[in-house]
Amino acid sequence: MDPQALPAETTVIKLEDAVVSYREDVALRGVSLAVSQGELVAIMGPNGAGKTTLLTLINGLGRLLRGKVYVLGHSFTNGYPHGLRRRIGYVPQTQSIDPRTPLSVREVVMIGRYGRLGLFRRPTSADWRVADRVLELVGMRHLAARPVGHLSGGEQQRVAIARALAQEPEILLLDEPTASLDRRARVEILELVARIHRARRLTTLMVTHERAAAMRVCDRVVLMKEGRIWAQGEPEKVLQENVLHRLYGGRNGVGC
Amino acid sequence: MDLSIFGYQFMQNAVLAGLLGGVACSLIGVFVVTMNLSFIGVAIAHAAFAGALCGAWLGFSPQAGAFIFSLVAAAVIGPLADRGEFNPDTPIGVIFSVTMGLGFLFMGLMPGPKTQALELLWGSILTVTDRDLALLALVAAVVLATVVLFFKEIQALMFNREIALAAGIPATLIFYGLLFLTGATVTATLRSIGGLLIFNLILNPAAAAYQLTYNLRYLFLLAALFGVMASWLGLLVSYLFDLPSGATIVVISAGMFVLATLFSPKRRVKQWQPAACDASKGE
Repeated sequence: MDPQALPAETTVIKLEDAVVSYREDVALRGVSLAVSQGELVAIMGPNGAGKTTLLTLINGLGRLLRGKVYVLGHSFTNGYPHGLRRRIGYVPQTQSIDPRTPLSVREVVMIGRYGRLGLFRRPTSADWRVADRVLELVGMRHLAARPVGHLSGGEQQRVAIARALAQEPEILLLDEPTASLDRRARVEILELVARIHRARRLTTLMVTHERAAAMRVCDRVVLMKEGRIWAQGEPEKVLQENVLHRLYGGRNGVGC
Repeated sequence: MDLSIFGYQFMQNAVLAGLLGGVACSLIGVFVVTMNLSFIGVAIAHAAFAGALCGAWLGFSPQAGAFIFSLVAAAVIGPLADRGEFNPDTPIGVIFSVTMGLGFLFMGLMPGPKTQALELLWGSILTVTDRDLALLALVAAVVLATVVLFFKEIQALMFNREIALAAGIPATLIFYGLLFLTGATVTATLRSIGGLLIFNLILNPAAAAYQLTYNLRYLFLLAALFGVMASWLGLLVSYLFDLPSGATIVVISAGMFVLATLFSPKRRVKQWQPAACDASKGE
């Protein structure tokens, strides 16, 4: 899909020749991509392809070396626009949580609203209602009072998604939301993401290795390799066995 | 037990220093413990110690020297911890050993008796002046105000700095603010507790409280309570048995940590968690 061909008013994310480098490694080597409002895009590719970097460029956690980024009407080359992060929900890769962490599930979800609230303002009852609503949405309301470190991997992922949703974002970025989960939890989480995406009319970018789910729920698949976009298009066209075989260099690293 | 000594001005000052220092140190300790900054905090504390000795050697205020050195240490160490690309232990270890070396170098360069230097090393809560108390009160008030005003931001940073930043919280600014506040607290308590011991009073009460609660508000309250208790008990025991006060305070705070760990409900949770999880997860 040619980024230039998209109508400007519906394009909410656009990267132009984006280059990102961490020390001696180049993570993105001139990536151009446009994402329209309401799209659910899967980003796939082998390890080290630059998938996470692509996400962090959009929410300003990664630093652009060259090129241009356009997100929700803000255009930037360096220096992230003030207040933009509040409009972008981010679910990073699973990180282990200390079981002794002195935070309940409900408090962790509320963290998603703190950026919107701003400094010196306490959450109101309306904010807590939003937190409870998103917990309900991800099926975690019954564990709201539990210490967050006591949850299983799948439950923690649901809470992470709820936290990102509590932000009431316009864009949702998910980085391997099903990593290290069992098959049933993987399917449940991906279906949850797709349902929420549709219900909230979000624009969603999801790094995943789940081929079958990407086929089923995503509007578009972007395949990445060695810091570049290797192929992109409709899931049925892109996620062909021979294409993936070439992408992964002989070993098909995607789940079915 | 003859406690008439508590009627004297110097002892009342010491009690007040124990209260203010105990509160400030243990609240800072909660940031340090929950954000896994123990090693960073120790390095900042030792930088403050080196700075105080530098001040004493050059003839200006040890507190000013301590403050400047701890701020510089925080400014150098902060980015190392913040980058997250590699383990900052090695560079922080280098800074830690350099500041320690500098401290003893300044001490060696100081002409005449080393009484003041040794006081900075071991602390002397019984000789705190009104000026020391004023500085302690100021720092304790700033730390307390920070906890109250930025509670929700601290909560977010404590959970995960990357997530806090991604949610639109000025996480970097607050993180550096907390590092600078650590430096300021060490500076203010250096004279009463001592450069080599101060970090124990920062770490131990908060680490003890961390064993006992899943609620961050209670964690701050318990840590402050333990900090003040350790200071006052240490003061009393050091007076009764004629022991060095700073060291006694630290040993008592360490004892509290051991007791809290032994009786921690979180240890029990860990033991029954696998069985309980099997029942509740259903995955």
